[in-house]
Amino acid sequence: MSMEIPYTVEVRPDTGLNNGKIGIWLFLASEVMLFGALFASYVMLRVGAPEWPRGSTYLNIPLATLNTVILISSSVTMVLAWASLVKRDFPRFRLFMGITILCGLGFLLVKYFEYTAKFHHGYFPATNTFLAIYFTLTGLHGLHVIGGMAVNGYLWGPGSALWKTDPTHFTNRVENAGLFWHLVDLVWIFLFPILYLL
Amino acid sequence: MSESHDPQDAQAGHGDVDRHVRAAYFVFGSLLVLTGFTVAVYFLHLPTRAAIALALLIATVKGSLVAAWFMHLVSEKKLIYWMLGLTAVLFLPLLLLPTLTVLDRVMLH
Repeated sequence: MSMEIPYTVEVRPDTGLNNGKIGIWLFLASEVMLFGALFASYVMLRVGAPEWPRGSTYLNIPLATLNTVILISSSVTMVLAWASLVKRDFPRFRLFMGITILCGLGFLLVKYFEYTAKFHHGYFPATNTFLAIYFTLTGLHGLHVIGGMAVNGYLWGPGSALWKTDPTHFTNRVENAGLFWHLVDLVWIFLFPILYLL
Repeated sequence: MSESHDPQDAQAGHGDVDRHVRAAYFVFGSLLVLTGFTVAVYFLHLPTRAAIALALLIATVKGSLVAAWFMHLVSEKKLIYWMLGLTAVLFLPLLLLPTLTVLDRVMLH
């Protein structure tokens, strides 16, 4: 016997939204608090330090700029993936979701090269406060990229079977995954200047 | 099949979706240009406080574009706005209260 979760597709009369949409926004709100706490920690550490290095002392600005462009591009392809489903064009969804996943992979690859270069030069989280907060913030952000890719990968692959039985439910899932992916992009938009450029 | 159940989320008319897609391309271009500005600010070698203010201003504009258009906040239900408003009410003290404790140092920077 299976129990059906209510309001995954239909709009709840009292909220005007389906439950998935409310759930993802509540989750995003908690994410805002998580990163907000870390941004506050960054401010505290920075103003409390006798001196603070410019990001370029340790970090590679061209690589970070490339990563910014990659994430922005992936946000657009995510919108196009969702829009393709609304237009009932599944092959185009597959294409754009695939590009989004590849962009995520590209972002992580660049981050891998950045991290290994740091380690090669003997820069570790324990080296100084700047590198500690750098690795904490970008590491946590990287974990979010991996999480987003896992969800997107599921929706691109096995999860897409839902499209055949309930296309609207599947479209809603993709939209919710997109909301998370855009938050990951949004967080990076702030991480880029505060860590690399200031 | 339940294709007619959720006009808000998945069954937006094709016209609506086309509008979203056009907006997405515009936002994409804007974000690329603003990223260029962000990097340019770095090479201007402005005084630290001015550089921080300008970089955060550009980041806020970029973040607002992402939230408004990519995350569809320009046309979202009232409940979502309330949730985000409450988050902002809790988030601002989280960000500002610790900063206030070191305000004297912030002013020195």
